[in-house]
Amino acid sequence: MDTLLKSPMIKKMSSLHFVIAILFISTLYVTVCNLFFAEGSAMHVSNYTVSLLGKYLCYALLALAVDLVWGYCGILSLGHGAFFALGGYAMGMYLMRQIGDRGVYGNPELPDFMVFLNWTELPWYWAGSDNALVMILLVFAGPGLLAYIFGTLAFRSRVSGVYLSIMTQAMTYALLLSFFRNEMGFGGNNGLTDFKELFGFSLQSPTTKLALFVATAVVLAIGYGISHFIVNSKMGRVVTAIRDAESRVRFVGYKPEHYKVWIFVVSAMLAGVAGALYVPQVGIINPGEFSPLNSIEIVIWVAIGGRGTLYGALVGAIVVSYAKTRFTAIMPEAWLFGLGGLFVLVTLLLPKGLAGLVTNLMDKLDPPSKDKQSESDASVKNPVAENK
Amino acid sequence: MIVDKHGSPLHSTENLNPDTRHGMILYVEDVSVSFDGFKALNDLNLYIGDGELRCLIGANGAGKTTLMDVITGKTRPDTGKVSFGQQIDLLELDESEIARAGIGRKFQKPTVFEALTVFENLELSLSGDKGILTSLFHKLSGEQKDKIDEVLQTIGLTAEQYYPAGRLSHGQKQWLEIGMLLAAEPRLLLVDEPVTGMTTQETERTAELLTSLAGKHSVVVVEHDMAFVRSIARKVTVLHQGTVLAEGSMDEVQANKQVREVYLGEEQD
Repeated sequence: MDTLLKSPMIKKMSSLHFVIAILFISTLYVTVCNLFFAEGSAMHVSNYTVSLLGKYLCYALLALAVDLVWGYCGILSLGHGAFFALGGYAMGMYLMRQIGDRGVYGNPELPDFMVFLNWTELPWYWAGSDNALVMILLVFAGPGLLAYIFGTLAFRSRVSGVYLSIMTQAMTYALLLSFFRNEMGFGGNNGLTDFKELFGFSLQSPTTKLALFVATAVVLAIGYGISHFIVNSKMGRVVTAIRDAESRVRFVGYKPEHYKVWIFVVSAMLAGVAGALYVPQVGIINPGEFSPLNSIEIVIWVAIGGRGTLYGALVGAIVVSYAKTRFTAIMPEAWLFGLGGLFVLVTLLLPKGLAGLVTNLMDKLDPPSKDKQSESDASVKNPVAENK
Repeated sequence: MIVDKHGSPLHSTENLNPDTRHGMILYVEDVSVSFDGFKALNDLNLYIGDGELRCLIGANGAGKTTLMDVITGKTRPDTGKVSFGQQIDLLELDESEIARAGIGRKFQKPTVFEALTVFENLELSLSGDKGILTSLFHKLSGEQKDKIDEVLQTIGLTAEQYYPAGRLSHGQKQWLEIGMLLAAEPRLLLVDEPVTGMTTQETERTAELLTSLAGKHSVVVVEHDMAFVRSIARKVTVLHQGTVLAEGSMDEVQANKQVREVYLGEEQD
């Protein structure tokens, strides 16, 4: 028992409770202030802020997914935006069908863009898209299947490092180009939009928006719990070992490619769920979500927040997105320079990201005993170093 | 695929037990490997007895590391036969299967999992099911914990068990890596240059450890340090240009004229 208490696992347990507590308190605060304080009151949280926060939480879930594969397994995916977008499209298809005959053309079966293209019936892959269960299944299965096929091919052939990153980038770019085509049957350039309701609740209503925000917070907490469980299990230690010395893992008797595919699929599904929650909150999904730039931005969130910590990813996603909202309002043209500069600064000065900064400060206040030190070292020293 | 005498496939670890009724644990027969025309191994034959401690020596490029690679499945030979015990054809297994069959390998450069603690390094190395779901829901049993404690004691790292392995000194990392092999309880240990970079004291302890392992395990050691080889080896195999040049006790080998010419030449007084 004594040795158990000393083990780093116990210290890590508290980070889970801490994150969930913060999520719970802030969600409760926002909910109460939105519902029970009148507009104009200093305590009021506007509907606009609520949907903005909902969006940030989706980004946080997406960043969590990237941290799982990059921070813990060393797979630098520059294509996670693709899984996010696929989850979003699965949700978008369902929302399109919910419009029913309220579209511009009033066709009860076909979404507007199909009528516009003179299509007479739904393509086969839209079958069942008006069923909520099918939609939920697709949100997991779409990104999961793509990740499984991609991962199996790439990891079996032992592709890693920069080559893998470039392939993930190519994957999302290829999807971007195909989703732009009208013939794909996903609304082409315009994507899917003009949604009316979700599960019968109007998407325009502030209550639905608040509910979506709360749902996102709950899903994020669940996603965090799952990720936390994985990285603290023996499975997580195998994955970390693969990151640091893959061939050694093989000679110890594990099959690294199986572990990599598995963690990649789990991560893709988390990203897909984030996308599915994102779409009803922003009201549109279009091929732009597949843009390689988006995927790179996710990686920057994680790097800035501090990879290999899980909570760092959440912090990074929320802080950077908030900064983006602020700065693009003041000086839109300077934002990308600011983001790039931030990335360079963090890489040079804070290799462990904001999370590392916090750990360092805490260590200074409370110098750790030798037993405790291990946790701060569990994350990697340099966010870009391992891509040899 | 490994098949039993009726021709049906064997998959479980139990059936991967090498058959050593003839006293041999490893058979390497007529193995050749070439890289772009360069013959790294040339019709090499090597037999390791069950429980034996064998040293492999040879100049750079003699094929020592290539031989290790072939045995552990990292490199496939062009021709020849490699079997573990009489019945397990190693050429049909991949690295992780060979490891689970009971062949452990220590690399030249110590490779441990730096971000994990010493304890966790050993935990991952324990023998047992290495599948994903088992790992996900794995809880250490009392026996496994005892095993880890025992290994920690053997390698003298009990006090450092919660340190991240990346913090250990070079010598300690070498020891941890040997500990990882012990935790896996292999039948055959392949140890590549274990005392490189070690202090004299550490070298002595390593020699003691390896000698004590022989008997329970079969051990093959590749080493350049002649004093070290002399201190542990009962039988030495000299490799030269991918083939066995001489085999015998250290004295016999050192007396061998050919060996003196090609390998020990520059070390003569």
